[in-house]
Order: sequence, then structure tokens, then C-alpha cells
Amino acid sequence: MDINATLIGQSIAMAVFVWFTLKFVWPPINAAIEERQKTIADGLAHTDRAEKDLQIAQEKAKDILREAKDQGAAIIKQAQKREVKLIEEATNKANEERDNILAQAKAEVQAEKSRLREDLRKQVAALAVAGAERILQREIDDAAHSDILEKLVQEL
Amino acid sequence: MADSNISVQGYINHHLNDLTIGEGFWAINLGGLGWSLILGTLFIVSFAWVGRKATTGVPGKFQCLVEMIIEFVGNSVKETFYVKDKLIAPIALTIFVWIFLMNLMKLVPVDWFPTVAGMVGLAFNGNALPEYAANYSFLERVMAHPWSYVSIAPTTDVNITMGMALGVFILILGYSIYYKGLGGFAKELSFTPFNHWSLVPFNLVLELVTLISKPVSLGLRLFGNLYAGEVIFILIALVGLAQLPLHFAWAVFHILVIVLQAFIFMMLTIVYLSMAAEKH
Repeated sequence: MDINATLIGQSIAMAVFVWFTLKFVWPPINAAIEERQKTIADGLAHTDRAEKDLQIAQEKAKDILREAKDQGAAIIKQAQKREVKLIEEATNKANEERDNILAQAKAEVQAEKSRLREDLRKQVAALAVAGAERILQREIDDAAHSDILEKLVQEL
Repeated sequence: MADSNISVQGYINHHLNDLTIGEGFWAINLGGLGWSLILGTLFIVSFAWVGRKATTGVPGKFQCLVEMIIEFVGNSVKETFYVKDKLIAPIALTIFVWIFLMNLMKLVPVDWFPTVAGMVGLAFNGNALPEYAANYSFLERVMAHPWSYVSIAPTTDVNITMGMALGVFILILGYSIYYKGLGGFAKELSFTPFNHWSLVPFNLVLELVTLISKPVSLGLRLFGNLYAGEVIFILIALVGLAQLPLHFAWAVFHILVIVLQAFIFMMLTIVYLSMAAEKH
């Protein structure tokens, strides 16, 4: 096999193919690869950031939860305090009311008692007057007087 | 398939020669250059197609393959070639894929393509059959037809490998002049390795030999490896039925060789060009 023009033809073909590769093959594919690499790198960075964000959010959520728990506990405590106070107040009020009612009742009883006594006195007086009248009407009779007087005494 | 009518020598010659057009130096090896152009075109068209349709999202499988090759070549370039240059990577890619495809044609069994080409020749260009073959059997006529001489493995042709080496040589000169200037390049040739004016002629001889040995070794290495492999394939094809396991083993071995030789050619090109581009 001799050296011949094939050699030159091959050199020219090589030049043409290299030029073609330089113009139409390498740039678009390389650009695509680099673009994808960038996308992937961005995606990874994004994932990292998201993970960090998630961690922060979880921490925050934990904080908020704890705060809420604390608040809840405080509120319950307050409520319990209030409850005790309310019960106390109610008890006090009820006692007061009871005392009032009792006092009023006592006063009423007292009033009734005085009224009744007054009535009784009036009746005794009337009776005394009636007894005196009767005695006067019958003139004085010991035997007769004594039973009247006894009656009078019984009526008192 | 060594028919009794065809001598062993003739068989080997048949496979090692290529169909040529033209006379003397201006002859063209049809098989070598033809297949080299076909494969080169296949390479640029398929890759350009990928480049045109390249998606930055999830790539298809062929795009993945192409991107893997490009990344592999790109990394090789990055590791060796430190000067910023946008031509070097396409050069390396073209050389690697093109030589790989040309080497790959060697894995086609040696008799397969000549038989098909000879049959096509008989069918479409029966007049070209030599006179002496008129009374041959069909298979012998097929093999006697000139079209059956068309070689399928371009890199077993020294013209092809030296043609590429010549291309690289021109690139070495171009890079040297582009990065060092004509004066710088001449100075480098004249004043290395001995930096003294009286030794300029000696340096020149030494440096020119170094310079020229680069493309020569580049082209001959590829040619020698592939040609030797082809000869072994042909010899294996001569040993009858025993060729089947032998051919298989040699072909498997050659899967390694064809990739390796393409890689070596590419790597050395990058190294030579980076040496040419480096300032001292």
C-alpha cells in the first residue's frame, strides 16, 4: 500500500470535521451539560437551604408549642385561683345572706312577739276590766270572787 | 475462507489491498477514504443532531452517551491542556470518536464486507469483472470483482493514519506560531536544548527531528497496531473451523485495542498541542 492522495484527502476531511465539531457539536452539547450542572447545583443548594429552613421552622414550632403549653398552664392556674376565689366569694355572700335572712326573721319574730304581747296586754286589760265589771255587778262575794279571780289568773 | 483455488498469499493480498482510483500519487484509496468519510459524517451528524435537540432537563439515552463521551474528552483536555483554548476540545473529540469508529470497523469479520461489496459489484457493475474470472464459481467471481477489494477498516490504511497525523502536525505548527509568535517558535527551535548561538544548527537539527517525529510516531503507532491486528484477523480466517473461537478471542481483545488506540491518539494530540501552546 503506497502513500498517495488519500493522505491529503484525509487531512482535509479532518479539518472539515474539526471545524464542524467546533461550530455545531461541541458548543450546544457542552452548553446543555453546563446548564444542567448549574440546575443540579442550584437544586442541591435549594435542598440544603430548605432543609435548614425546615430545621429552623421545627425549632420555632417547638418554641411556640412550649410557650403555648406554658401559657395554657398559667391560664389553668389562674382559672383555678379564680375558681377558689369565686367559691369563697359565693360562700361569703351566702353566709351574709343567711345572716341577713336570719336577722330579718329574728326581727320579724320579735315584732310578732311584741305585737302579740301588746294584744295580750290589751286582752288582759280588757279581761281585767271585764272581770272588774262582773265583780262590781255581783257585788263582792268571796266565793264568787275567788273563781272569777282564778279564771282571771288562768287567762293571764 | 481459503478456497483451494485462491492461494493463501492471494487471500492475504486481497484483504490488505484497497480499491484505488487514479494513478501514482494522485490515486485515492476508495475503501479507506470512503469509509473514513462515511464514519466521520456519521459522527458529526449524529452528534450535531444531539446538539440541536440537546435538552438541559432529563436527557435521552443517546444524549447521555454523547454527553458521557464529551465529558470524558473534556476532562482529558482539562487535565492536560492548561491554556484556555476553545479549539482543542473539539479537536480531541473529533479525533477520539472518529478514530474509534474507524477502528470499530475492524470488528466486522474480514470476509463479510468484501463478499457483500463483491456481490453488489457483480450485480451492478458486472463488466468490471476481470477476463480470467469468467469461468470461476460464483463465490470466486464475487471475490475477483474489483469492488470486493474495497477495504472497510480505514485505520489499517497508512494514508488515513498519516493523514490525521499530518493534520495534527499542521495544528502543532499553528498552535506554536499562534501562542509563541513566529519569532518565538523559531527561537525555541534554535535555542533549545543548548542555549548558545554557536550551537544553533545543532539545536535546529535536534528540534526539527523532535518536531517531525511527533506526527510520524502518532500516525505509525495507530497504523501499526491496527494493521497488525488486521493481519492476525486475516491469518485467523485462514485456519478453517478453528477460526471461530480464535476469532472471538482476538475480537474481544480488539475491543480493548480499538478504544485504547483512539484514546492514545487523542491524548498524544492534546499533549503535543499543549506543548506547542506552552510558553517557556
